[in-house]
Amino acid sequence: MPEPVIQVESLEKRYRVWAHEKPTNVKERLRVVGATARARLRLRDTEGVRRDVWALRGVSFDVHRGEVLGVIGRNGAGKSTLLSILARITEPTGGSAILRGRVSSLLEVGTGFHPELSGRDNVSLNGAILGMSRAETGRKFDEIVEFAGIRDFIDIPVKRYSTGMQVRLAFAVAAHLDPEVLLLDEVLAVGDAAFQARCLTRVEEMTRSGRTVLFVSHDVRSVARLCQRAIVLREGLLAFEGSADEAVEQYMLDPSTGLGANALPIREGSGAVRAAGVRVVDADSEGNPVPGGRANLSVRLERRAGVPLDELKLMVEVRHHSAGPCLFFATETVDLIAAEAATATLTCELDVLPLKPGHYTVATRLVHRDELVDRLDNAGDFVVGSGGLELLEEIAAHPAPTYVRHGWRAATPVAEVRSSA
Amino acid sequence: MATLESAQPATIVIRPTHGPIPPRIGELWAYRELFVFLVWRDIKVRYAQTVLGAIWTVFQPLAMMGVYTYAFTQLARINTAPIPYALYALSGLALWTFVSRGVFQGTNSLVSEIALVTKTPSPRILIPMAGVTSMLVDFVITLILFLVFDGIYGRVPSWQFVFVVPLLGLAFVLTFGISLLLSAANVRYRDIGQALPFTIQLWFFLSPVAFPLLTPGHSWETYIQALNPLVGLILAFRWSLLGTAPPHGLFVVALIMTAVIFFVGVSYFSRADRTIADDV
Repeated sequence: MPEPVIQVESLEKRYRVWAHEKPTNVKERLRVVGATARARLRLRDTEGVRRDVWALRGVSFDVHRGEVLGVIGRNGAGKSTLLSILARITEPTGGSAILRGRVSSLLEVGTGFHPELSGRDNVSLNGAILGMSRAETGRKFDEIVEFAGIRDFIDIPVKRYSTGMQVRLAFAVAAHLDPEVLLLDEVLAVGDAAFQARCLTRVEEMTRSGRTVLFVSHDVRSVARLCQRAIVLREGLLAFEGSADEAVEQYMLDPSTGLGANALPIREGSGAVRAAGVRVVDADSEGNPVPGGRANLSVRLERRAGVPLDELKLMVEVRHHSAGPCLFFATETVDLIAAEAATATLTCELDVLPLKPGHYTVATRLVHRDELVDRLDNAGDFVVGSGGLELLEEIAAHPAPTYVRHGWRAATPVAEVRSSA
Repeated sequence: MATLESAQPATIVIRPTHGPIPPRIGELWAYRELFVFLVWRDIKVRYAQTVLGAIWTVFQPLAMMGVYTYAFTQLARINTAPIPYALYALSGLALWTFVSRGVFQGTNSLVSEIALVTKTPSPRILIPMAGVTSMLVDFVITLILFLVFDGIYGRVPSWQFVFVVPLLGLAFVLTFGISLLLSAANVRYRDIGQALPFTIQLWFFLSPVAFPLLTPGHSWETYIQALNPLVGLILAFRWSLLGTAPPHGLFVVALIMTAVIFFVGVSYFSRADRTIADDV
């Protein structure tokens, strides 16, 4: 058997994070600074201030020439860490990895895209960032523009493009990389369905010509389609290794992935930014929210493409299983053009949660200048607890899901009305 | 078609490393096209969507010269005779603009190119290097302005003018060294970016850009001031452009300081480089 192209040997990665909540006020920050300084002066570890988190805890596997290996796992399982180490973006804490051949890594489409530069300039720049020589980018230029389908706009600044156009152009550059080993993050998940299909076809073509691909995704459908073999990561460990179909099955059956209805979320949009997780919690206890209480609704946004986005809008709809939509929130425009981070969390602070106890789902929609970026019907769910509130039977039984704390007052003093809450 | 033929050896071994890693020169060479693109983009973007575009590069030093001439000859009554003050200021400004804007651009480069840091394996040292290099344009423009004014005053550069090139090289090493140190530190402690503007302002007043040193010749006070390498550098630069007194010992101090700063910058950067993506 020939030597594997990718050989990963008990790879470990430790991140150091704040032991407590990140200090937010000056006093807390000074305390942490003081504790750190004291620990450093005594040459002790900054235990108690920082905490270790092991993102990878000894992962080993091989990938052979011409193989497409899928890596699946839920958020935080170590997929991205594994990819960053193999792409030489960060160093492992322990273990080793050997890559044989010319490697290209594609962790994001459109990295380095600049809104002020024309499409043509951005193609050259992005090509150089991905490791293509100028001659190579020049040779493939027509093909790239053709693939993106934006020939008429190639000489105007990309800030005038729609999100969809930017994403298509960004992917088109990436799709024309020509390495021996390709490390691929979930970048395929951009663009509309038709464009995604073309992207998948493109990756299939690349693999057919003998390239080795490591494909990281939590979209199990594309893993099942592209890969022969797959590994499942769980909490930094290799949980399963085998055929792609079996791996997908393992992943779906795993109760800890909490999939169920969310297994195959229905989503639409260009995908440049996606809503990744929705949480609704009580503002004070961080537990289940209660009727009439203060609640925080937070949506995590993940940026999938390096294309700049200003004027992004988030809309959130809370739905009840039988009564349908019951609450709707929308942001002012969110300016992500200058945002450095790949992820951002938006929190909507509700003074009063006007919902009865029960189970609710949340749908999200992201719009960029009237263009749909991401629509996800089941972005998350939450349970409203009773909060010690005893509702009148009639109120509890009524199909209206909303509830507002209230009191009754009689206009003439004939009888006192008993308050319902 | 091969990608980065020379950039990567046939086999890459990834394992934890310890201590500072010297920059891999071969790898930098392989990424030279990316470097050129980054510099070109910085320059192009700087004046995108400005009506005057490149005229700004000429207008800015000209306006600064005007402001300094008014402030330091009319208000502060600084006398640079026999050198016309405009020439005195322009010669200082050429170097100062490059160093100060280079440090500013270089320090903020990693933070503003975070996607390059966290999403691509390109050598990160290229990012501050490109930031500093893009400021050479400003230097060249100011230098040309100087030559124009030199002519207006009926002067011709002497043979010492050839020293502009090695002196600029030294200024580049200094600026790049500071940028390496500060850009890596800025990723971890964003306080650096906050403190930078007024620190640079202070640095201006500690350097003989718009006015001469107030202490005499080569006294010990002057040597203390020369710990700021810009003192020796600017004095040498003026010697080359205007034929003022050469800085001798002060220049040696500047050389030593620049070497120290550069060494500290490179070693801090290469130490931080390993896990800089984790700190973002």
